[in-house]
Parts: sequence; structure tokens; C-alpha cells
Amino acid sequence: MSTFIDGLSLGSIYALIALGYTMVYGIAKMLNFAHGDIIMVGAYAILTTLNLCGNPIVAIVASVVVCTLLGVVTEKLAYRPLRGASPLAVLITAIGVSYFLQSIAQLIYGAKNRPVTIATFSAVAIGNAKINIATIISLIAGAIIMAALTVFIKKTRTGRAMLAVSEDRGAALLMGINVNRIITITFAIGSALAAFASVFYLMQIPSTNPTLGSMPGIKAFTAAVIGGIGSVSGAMIGGVLLGVIEKIALSVPALAPYTTALEFALLIIILLVKPTGLMGKQRREKV
Amino acid sequence: MAYFTNIKNSFKLKNYINYIGVTLFLVITASMLYTGNLNRSTANLITQIAYSIILAVSLNLVVGFLGELSLGHAGFMCVGAYIGCFVALKLHSVISSPLAVLIITMLIGGLVAAVFGFIIGLPALRLKGDYLAIVTLAFGEIVRTIFKNLDTFGGALGLSTKKYGTSLFIPALIVVIIMLILVQNLIRSKHGRAITAIRDNEIAARAMGINVAFYKLFVFVISAFFAGIAGVIYGHYATPVLYSFFSYNYSIEILVMVVLGGMGSINGSILAAVLITFINFQLTTKLSGDLAALKFLIYAIVLITIVIFNNAPALQPFKERFSLKGLIAKISGKIKSIFVKTKDIDKERAKIKDDAAEWKRIPTKIDMDALLSVDVKHEKTENQPDEKEDK
Amino acid sequence: MSEYILETKNLGISFGGLKAVQDLNLKIEKKQLYGLIGPNGAGKTTVFNLLTGVYTPTTGEFILDGENLTGKSQEVINHRGIARTFQNIRLFNNMSVIRNVLVGLHNQSEFHVNPFTSMLRLPKHYECEVNMRSRAKELLRIFGLEEERNNLACNLPYGKQRKLEIARALATNPKLLLLDEPAAGMNPNETAELMETIRFVRDKFDMTILLIEHDMKLVGGICEELTVLNFGTVLAQGKTDVVLNDPKVITAYVGEDE
Repeated sequence: MSTFIDGLSLGSIYALIALGYTMVYGIAKMLNFAHGDIIMVGAYAILTTLNLCGNPIVAIVASVVVCTLLGVVTEKLAYRPLRGASPLAVLITAIGVSYFLQSIAQLIYGAKNRPVTIATFSAVAIGNAKINIATIISLIAGAIIMAALTVFIKKTRTGRAMLAVSEDRGAALLMGINVNRIITITFAIGSALAAFASVFYLMQIPSTNPTLGSMPGIKAFTAAVIGGIGSVSGAMIGGVLLGVIEKIALSVPALAPYTTALEFALLIIILLVKPTGLMGKQRREKV
Repeated sequence: MAYFTNIKNSFKLKNYINYIGVTLFLVITASMLYTGNLNRSTANLITQIAYSIILAVSLNLVVGFLGELSLGHAGFMCVGAYIGCFVALKLHSVISSPLAVLIITMLIGGLVAAVFGFIIGLPALRLKGDYLAIVTLAFGEIVRTIFKNLDTFGGALGLSTKKYGTSLFIPALIVVIIMLILVQNLIRSKHGRAITAIRDNEIAARAMGINVAFYKLFVFVISAFFAGIAGVIYGHYATPVLYSFFSYNYSIEILVMVVLGGMGSINGSILAAVLITFINFQLTTKLSGDLAALKFLIYAIVLITIVIFNNAPALQPFKERFSLKGLIAKISGKIKSIFVKTKDIDKERAKIKDDAAEWKRIPTKIDMDALLSVDVKHEKTENQPDEKEDK
Repeated sequence: MSEYILETKNLGISFGGLKAVQDLNLKIEKKQLYGLIGPNGAGKTTVFNLLTGVYTPTTGEFILDGENLTGKSQEVINHRGIARTFQNIRLFNNMSVIRNVLVGLHNQSEFHVNPFTSMLRLPKHYECEVNMRSRAKELLRIFGLEEERNNLACNLPYGKQRKLEIARALATNPKLLLLDEPAAGMNPNETAELMETIRFVRDKFDMTILLIEHDMKLVGGICEELTVLNFGTVLAQGKTDVVLNDPKVITAYVGEDE
């Protein structure tokens, strides 16, 4: 039971990161390798503001602002010049951005783990299992963010424009949608989600280092693929599922050392058997 | 006899410059070693350069020629290194000749890695682009985790085998030469054309009857085979062979070599492998602790700037004007023009201009695929009136 | 041996519930110029995709020169003798003109060489490479592209790109050539030249040609027989002048009279 709850809390983080991946992939059609590292930057933003003023709310706001700006700037400087270039080029650039952020963070803050305490949370007992309040907060917040995102995409003008761009960029352009603006907004939202992910990450694991984002980032991508890339609810379900699987695998002694391998094997199998994921839709290549 | 005439006719010095370069390098360094002028650390550096070249060139086969991104190249190297070491541990007691052990382990390590290349090539038949890249990354991590946890391979402590002395770089460079010959022969053949055709336009390649599945698997297998051999060389050079070396970061380092040297350029990969290994070698001793991140910062900047410069649609005219290739073409053109009558050139130019004018007139020429996939309906409604008039 | 080079029997495919093509019966004689026309979305390109193995038909079969090729892979179908061009030209843009044609020659039995033979540069490799080059040059000469053979394919003017695509398809030594809207994007002069080229290909190579076209001048000018598709079904079939004057066909194209 407690393993399951641990899985839920880890899964809620994966889900938030996966939401960012899925949005950017669905709309800009690129795998933003640096997404995980934006979370890392968010964590350092929290660390820095906490050291300066000590107020957790200010720190969270600062993290959101920094991440959003970073997302927009990387999109403009690194990805926009490559619009229309081969996916290979975009992917390599994204890897470059990921490395860039990691090495800058290491040069400024060092490679060591730095403790960050946003707030201390107590645990409540449900039956015979204990559950941390941080877990409950992140699960609820995750659900709220997901609902808000769904409403935003379905109901607002910008949201519908996003759907149009993800469906057919060329046609959207002909309909008078400013595709560049929509992609920038997507990056802004995705990066803001990354900032929230960094908050929930630090609530559960209160320390940060330059490679904090890379592994969770790749795993969250796995989650997004499991759920079906481009699907908001799929990202949530995939994230939670992956978190639970990871914690269960870690609790079995024979499996524990192979946990990462298992998760990646799951990714490969899903991609081979059902590349569209659990909630994704089929697409056919035009000849 | 026709065979030799054919060889003679197809001989171009340009195509052989890299074998000659590596061979000269081998001769010089080997003679320095035997006259006692080569110190241990330089010999180590050359060994590192040798396996880096093998890694970069073999990755270039996948990334540059087949056009698929592989982020798990270190995984193949890992397989080669562990298997090679494991076999060497058993063989050293049976076979006395270290050279024979080296050759056997290279073949076995390479073949086992090739089997893994086949396995990872299978997803490549169904997936491409980002998805395939993430699968190769996952593969690399899976391989590493498995070797880390298998006690047969030393577990977390790694695997140690008898070290070869400073002279290891000689067989390593010979392997480099053999690999260069095989890879370049492959690229400059109908099979190389088929592989680049798949990269250029997979749909057209299929329609031309090219067995896309076969070539994708073939490239992954060959690439993994050589990466495995590089791993075996590494295994004999570095003890212990440790899983942590073959991380995703190392795959990226090889990718940086390929991108820096130019995707699809063998000579470029060689030069970039030499350069990056040399810089690495110098930096690891000088940069310690957090400053080591500088290395990755440089990699990151190299990756981003080179890729944007080479691929950004807006920079293409700029690139043509300032690229080294363009400059050489310009200079050689000028030299030629001294010898060729100017009249002919004017004619030629006028013709090129006409062609260019024609080229511009047709709007569909600009990224045909994108425009047509969007415009199909519009284009055809324009056709409709024509047909009405006909009737 | 049947007298027809291509025969389709109730050929059809559906995507999900949508029947993109159904009950297509084509009979194309050797050396015939056969047209496939129809309004947008009628399923013409889908027919090409079926005949080249891009899609596997859900119903029916097609027979090329007495051999049933239904369900075969693209490279097998190509090897047995169906080659195509594309509606939106698909050349290997970053390769030279001659390399494009050389790729077309790749799958011919007489040029089959094991990759390891090439890697080790055994005599067979050179023999094959020399023969391939001379064949490619000959093809380029026939199409008047010899001068440009070392240019990049993407730098050719539009009309020549179309020609190169046809040359590349012919390099696979087909029995049946499928041309998908060869005149798309061409001006009247270029179209007239293209008609010449198509006739020339038919006569020079004894080729059977099936073409999709929207340009009625071209269709009326060179096709001997036509099949008109509408919503995936055959609307009319027969001699060109008869079909083009069929009221059903005119209605499908122009719309109902009010």
C-alpha cells in the first residue's frame, strides 16, 4: 500500500513533466530534450530566491517566471531558426541545449547536491499506511493543472489555435494563425509546467543538482509515450502509471537493480507494439 | 586484367588520402616507439584517438549516411568492451600469443555487438526520428544496467584483464585503416547509394525497389560491429572496464564528433575524433572538479551552433557564400577560367541564369512536400475551370 | 500468358470504414497509353499505391504479365516490373542526377552484388559498377540530361526534374510505368513537350504507361483508353473520346445542371 502511494507521488511528478513534453511534442512536433533541464533550472531558481528572501511563495513565483522566460528564449534562439529543417537537426540542437543548461548550472552552483527546503510537511495516516501531505498536494495540484489545461485548450481561442497547429501546421498558417506565436506560447506553458514540476519535486526530494532533470525528463518522456504523445489525459495516466511501476519494481529485491532497464524496456515495447500509446490516435504517412 | 584496369580507372587520390594519412601516422609513431621517443602518455593518447575514430566513423554511418539519430552508440561499445574482456580473461591462459588473443577478442566482441546492432535495428524498421533516438538511448541505458548487475562481468567493480603495453596503439591504428577501407568501399558502391537514397527520400527509395529494411538493419549491424571492436580496444586499454564509462554522455560525445566533423563526411569524423580526443586528454588533467563542466559547455555550444548554421533554412544562402567548400570551388573556378575561353563561360552563365529564372517561376519548387501536402485542394480547384473549358 | 500486361480484378481497399477504392477492374494491353482520371479524392493515387505495394489491397487482386503480385512488398513488385513517379516530385534531392538514375538501376537482377563484395572490392563489384554507369549515362542521354549529370537533382529546372523522375523509374526496367500527374505545375509549352516525352518513352522502350492526369488536353491528346474514378468506384471505362463525352463523366467533373 505504501509502495503504491509512493508510486502515486512520484507519478504525479512524472505526469507534470510529461504534460510539458506532450504539449511541446504535439504542437511543435519536436522532442524537447532540454525539458528536464528546465526543471533543474527551476529548482535552482527556488534555491537562489529562498537564500535571498526565504519566502517560499516568492520562490515558486520566481521559478515559474524564470522557467517560462527560459523556455521562450530557448525556443526563439535555438529552435526557431531550425523550423522547417530536418527533425534530426532539431533533436541534436535540443540535446545541445540540454547540455548547455547542465554545464552552466554546474559552473555556477557546482556538481554537488544542494539542500532546498521549501516547507516541511508532515504525514497523515490512512489506515495502516502513512501518506505525506506533499504527495496529496502534488496529486491534487496535478489534477487541477491538467483540468485547467484541458479547459484552456478546448475553450480559449489560443487553445483552439494550438489544436489547429498540432493537427496541420500548414493549414493553420493558411487560416491566418500565427504559428510562431502559438509555438512560443506552447513553450511558455510547457516550461511553466516544468517550474511546477520542480516545486513538487523539491517538496518530495529536497535537494538539487545539475543533472536533476535529465533522468526524470527521459522517464517522463517515456510516460508521455505510454499515455500517447499529444494527449493531455494520456500524459497524466502514463506518468502515474510509470511512477507506480517504478516504485513497485524498486520494492522487489530481485528487480530493484534493473528498475531503469525495465522502464526503458517498457518504453521500447510500447513504441514497437502500439507507437501511439494508450490514448494517442493513429496517423498515416501520406505518399 | 580487366579487374586491374577497373581499379586503375576508379582510382582517385582524393579517396585514399585518409588511409594514407593514418598509415603515415602509424609508421611515424611506431618508429618513434621503437626508437624510444614515444612516452607512455602519448601512446595512450593515440590509442584513445584510434578507438574514437572507429566510434565516430561507425556512428556517422547511422547518423550521417542512413540519417537516423542513434543515442546509444556507447551501448554497443559497452557490449564489445565487456565481452572482449571476458573472453580475453579466459583466453590468456589458453593462448600464449597476445596478438592472437587481441584479434580473437576483437572479432568476438564485434560480432556480439553486431547481434545487438541487429536487435536495435529492428525497431528502426518501424520507428524513425525522435522515437528511434529515444529507443537507442533506452537501449544504451538497458545494456549498461544489465552489465552493472551481472556478477559474471564483475558487477559494480567492473572487469579487469591483462593490460597490453604502450604498443596497443599499433594494432588499434591498423584496425582503423581496415575499417576505413571497408566503410569507404561500402559508401562508394551501389549499397552506399541505396543507403543515402533512404536518407534523402525513403518513400522514393522504396518505390525504386530498394530493400529499405535490409539496408537499415545492415547499417545498424555494421555500425555496431565496429563500435564493438572499439569497445574491445578500450577494454584492453583501460582496466577495469566499468559500466559508468558507457553512459549516455559518452554517446553524446561521439555524436559531437560526428556533428563537428560533418554528418556524412568520413574525413570530417576522423579529424573531429582526433581533435576532441586531444582536447579531452588535455582538459581532464587540467580541469578538475566543477570546471570539468566547461568541456560539456563547449560541446553544447559546438552542437548548437554547427547544427543551426548547417540546417537553418534562413542561413542557407549565407552558408553557401562563406563555406569552405564554396571558397574552394570559387578559387578553382577562377583558375579554370584562366584556361577556358571566356566566351564559353558567358554562355554557360547565361544558361544557368535561364535555368534559375525558370526555377523561381514555379512556386511549387519551394519545399514541394510541405506545400503540396497543404495545398492539394486549392491546387485542384484551380484546375477545375480548365477542364470546364475543355468540354 | 494473358494478352493484358496488367489486369486488376475487383481491386479495392478500405481505410477504417471508408472504401477508398472498390471493385476496380482494369485491363491494360501491352504498349497502351492508359489514363486514370477523376475528380479530387476519387482514389486515383490510392490505386497507384495499391499497384506499387504501398498499400495492401483488402479485396481483389492484380496481375502483371500473368503473375499475381497481390500482397507483395514494394521491392518485389518493383523488381517484377511496376515503376512509378510521384504527384509531388520525389527525387533524391541531395544526390547528383546520375546517382538518381543509378539508384533506379539498383534493383535490377543483372546488377545484384553482395554488400561484402563491394566492401572488399572484388572483381564483380567493378564489373557491375562500370555497367551501371554506362547504362545510366545512356538513359540520361536519351532524356537529354547528359550535360547535367553531375548537378544536384534539386538544382534542375522543374521540367527536367519530371524527366529525371521518369528516367529514374525507367532505370528499374519496368513492364508498366505509372505516372502520377506528370503535367502538374507545368505551363502549356512544357506540357506539350511532356506529351512528346511520354509518346517517345512508349515507342522507344515498348512501354505500357498508366497515367493519372488532370490536364484534359494531355489526357485527350495521348491516352488511348480511360478509366474514370469517382468516390473510389469506376464511373466510366473505354475509349478516350467515348468516355470524355459521356454525360455521367461531365456531371462528375462539372457538377449537376441546375
